[in-house]
Amino acid sequence: MHLILFLLFAGFCLAGAINLLLQTHPINSALSLIVVMTSLAVLYLLLGAEFLAAAQIIVYSGAIMVLFVFVVMLLNAGREERTLGSRAARAIGLPAVVALLAVLTTIILHIQGLGGAAISQGLTTMEELSGVLFHQLLLPFEVTSVLILIAILGAVALARHGDGEGTAAK
Amino acid sequence: MSFLHQEVPLSWYLLLSAALFSLGVVGFILKRNLITVFMSIELMLNGVNLSFVTFAHQWHEVKGQIFVFFVMMVAAAEAAVGLAIIIAVFRARATLAVDRIDLMKL
Repeated sequence: MHLILFLLFAGFCLAGAINLLLQTHPINSALSLIVVMTSLAVLYLLLGAEFLAAAQIIVYSGAIMVLFVFVVMLLNAGREERTLGSRAARAIGLPAVVALLAVLTTIILHIQGLGGAAISQGLTTMEELSGVLFHQLLLPFEVTSVLILIAILGAVALARHGDGEGTAAK
Repeated sequence: MSFLHQEVPLSWYLLLSAALFSLGVVGFILKRNLITVFMSIELMLNGVNLSFVTFAHQWHEVKGQIFVFFVMMVAAAEAAVGLAIIIAVFRARATLAVDRIDLMKL
């Protein structure tokens, strides 16, 4: 059961990621990214992280991707033109990515003592998670809320239409 | 019955995570649209999150999952600010092609 679910959603994940690279229109890329994130939520659930699975769907495929789709529609982003871009980025970057993937794969396949994951095993309850989050890690949690507040203010300040100091937009 | 309780090796999850991260890097290098480049960054973050959750499962440690929670929060803040910057850039340049956005001066 776990194997089937893993293979199914890992396949969705990879297909969505590859589709993101192949599509030329940003809205199609955004929709494939939603597929990737939702499949990842199922994989989190398989690994026993039920809170993260819910948060992944609500925060990532909900809030963040709505923001992306909204910006794509707002800016009326058309089809991307396939220029070659920087030649150095291709000549050095792509072999470097392949090398990185090869090194990571070799390391992962050589890790000793890595267990397996079976269904309904090692489930993390909300109780454990919130116990650690609100006792040991309360300060980072509160600092994160300040970070979000600053990000909202920054986003409003950046995206505002002209700031009344002479640098008004068109 | 044994079929129902078949285990999946955690290294498969790690391999998927590495593959997602690499696809994100490839997208970051190859894509020519500012928004899609930004989406590739989100893809990389998701790949890393998967390996956090995998190791949290391996060591029965809750803190790995809490780290993913913090990464999500930071990613949400990053998306809000980044997309605002993209809107500001689009307003100044009227283009989203990364080749034509090569000056910091607006």
